[in-house]
Amino acid sequence: MDKWRNIFNPSSVFVPLGAIVLGLISGAVIMLLGGYNPVDAYQALFEKVFGSPYDIGETIRTITPLLFTGLAVGFTYRAGLFNIGADGQYIMGMTGAAIVGIKLQLPWFIHAPLAVLVGALFGGLWAALVGYLKASRGVNEVISSIMLNWIALYLSNYLLRALLLEPGQQRSYFIHESASVSIGWLSRALENARMDWGIFIGLIGAVVFYFLLWRTKQGYELRAVGLNPDAARYAGINIKSSIVKSMFIGGVFAGLGGVFEVLGVFHYQVLSAASSGYGFDGIAVALLGGNHPVGIVFASILFGTLTYGSAGMNFSADVPTEIVRIVIGAVIFFVASHGIIQGIVKPFLASRRKLDRKGAA
Amino acid sequence: METIRILSELANITLVFSTALIFAALGGIFSERSGVINIGLEGLMVAGAFAAAIGTAYVEAAGAYGLAPWVGVIAAMLFGLVFSLLHAVATVTFKANQAIIGVVINILALAVTVYLVKVLYDGAGKTDTLNAVFSKVPIPGLSQIPFFGEALFNAYPTTYIAYILVPLSAYVLYKTPFGLRLRSVGEHPGASDTVGINVKKYRYIGVLISGVLAGLGGATITLTTTDDFSHNTISGQGFIALAAVIFGRWHPYGAAAAAIFFGFAQAIRNFATLFDWSRDIPTEFLYMLPYVLTLLVLAGAAGKAVKGPAAAGEPYDPGKR
Repeated sequence: MDKWRNIFNPSSVFVPLGAIVLGLISGAVIMLLGGYNPVDAYQALFEKVFGSPYDIGETIRTITPLLFTGLAVGFTYRAGLFNIGADGQYIMGMTGAAIVGIKLQLPWFIHAPLAVLVGALFGGLWAALVGYLKASRGVNEVISSIMLNWIALYLSNYLLRALLLEPGQQRSYFIHESASVSIGWLSRALENARMDWGIFIGLIGAVVFYFLLWRTKQGYELRAVGLNPDAARYAGINIKSSIVKSMFIGGVFAGLGGVFEVLGVFHYQVLSAASSGYGFDGIAVALLGGNHPVGIVFASILFGTLTYGSAGMNFSADVPTEIVRIVIGAVIFFVASHGIIQGIVKPFLASRRKLDRKGAA
Repeated sequence: METIRILSELANITLVFSTALIFAALGGIFSERSGVINIGLEGLMVAGAFAAAIGTAYVEAAGAYGLAPWVGVIAAMLFGLVFSLLHAVATVTFKANQAIIGVVINILALAVTVYLVKVLYDGAGKTDTLNAVFSKVPIPGLSQIPFFGEALFNAYPTTYIAYILVPLSAYVLYKTPFGLRLRSVGEHPGASDTVGINVKKYRYIGVLISGVLAGLGGATITLTTTDDFSHNTISGQGFIALAAVIFGRWHPYGAAAAAIFFGFAQAIRNFATLFDWSRDIPTEFLYMLPYVLTLLVLAGAAGKAVKGPAAAGEPYDPGKR
């Protein structure tokens, strides 16, 4: 009971909820300024998401990568590291999975797991590089991650061009059927929405996230490093290996996000001029979810729903889809500047307390 | 003779690409020297690029042809200022995580500007092509010098502004009391506060200057390279500018040199078919170059690892002094 109360204590609930409300209001104000009707727009959003079994399936598909990158950012944040590089790790995950899925020919029970594993490893090692640079050379992980995001983008394009490109196309060959992780019967049940194992692995990932951090010695050490590196060092914890380890695990989460996008959704990888942005959305998810697996699951559902629903906003209310990006940006802004929300909530709480006291007297 | 002509043209194009990077990098230096990491440079450039296109388009439509791009430049600096104010309020006043707010600025600036373009242009994803953009202005006399004339003195007005702003920034940062105070709050805000320097004020100023300069950088790209604004007018230049700040060790001259070098890497892609040796380099490696070099410098591959301003990244909390 106490544990649940800890998760849902006032500050951990008011700030995210307040931020969501303020974010939606910001979006509404900007829609009004642009001459749109925000009520119609938000209604169109929800009608799109829950309109048909196909839409529900595709919403889940949109949630999946956000869940993975959210876990990636949240996990490293617990160890005191800001993983802004989930974007690059995600791309490396895609590339690793694509290489194995296209270049190898194996029976399905080896091929799909191997492709998933290699993609996860690509993501993990890409992140571990950031950890290594921080641990051994003292390089700020934010800066090195930003640089590695761009390097990953171009490296992946290079590998794609050199190894996997189908002639005359801007994308790779399709992966072999044996490497696919799509779930055929579920797709058919949901009017051919692109369903795969990603969402289930992601939810298992959230459980693993919890167990690693709160039920193992390693996790205890990681959290100790995150809370106070000096105290952790004094207590005999190896800070350097903790940093590299937590980055690696975060990278595995982000890499898996990319893996399922290739093996489950598209079955190929495209040459891209810019990043997917999932890594940055992962920051939003982790932050809103308070870097706790339960919060991250809910936050990814919220942002995934908004993102998928924005297409409906555009179609039936004619509102540009960017409005949802504005809402997401505003939500992170308010979570990060929680002083603003506390400033709004505190007087309200204080006056209620005063009323309570009067009532008691 | 032909080789010299190509080389001076290459230098000329290098400067076109570098100018925007120089402005944004100078902005980044002011922000980071005051103790606020600004990874929102990309978003601030987006804001500037957008406002430059809109400002220029409106004045152009009113018929003031020569004036239009300059109005665009001023609009860009103002719009950059607005977004950097958002950054400053969150990170300085409300002590929000600077890296997260930088990400927010990048997300918000792109979303808001593309949204506004769709509102103003009836759902189109880009602005109309501008006519009243900057054109190259040869400087009389100087532009006649062999090689250097074409390379350096037949440039866009923005490039000439950059020639002035780089030494000016160095002067302001290193030779004026204002610069000393700005740098001091980035190195040791507690000590600065003790001697009576208003830490918050200087950090606000640092961040706002970064908004103005990065906005100018964005305007440069709209008005000298793309001639319109869309979602991919700015695609990574803000991050390259950030790399230039670090590669140039947080110093205006260093950052300008780095920006010119990165601009050169960009320009060489346009010349890739002219030289045999450059044809064999996969373009991806040229794109990667700024980022790889920055990582190597940070990791101290060439000797000592590089550290930025000591207090950059830390919100200032007087209670912890």
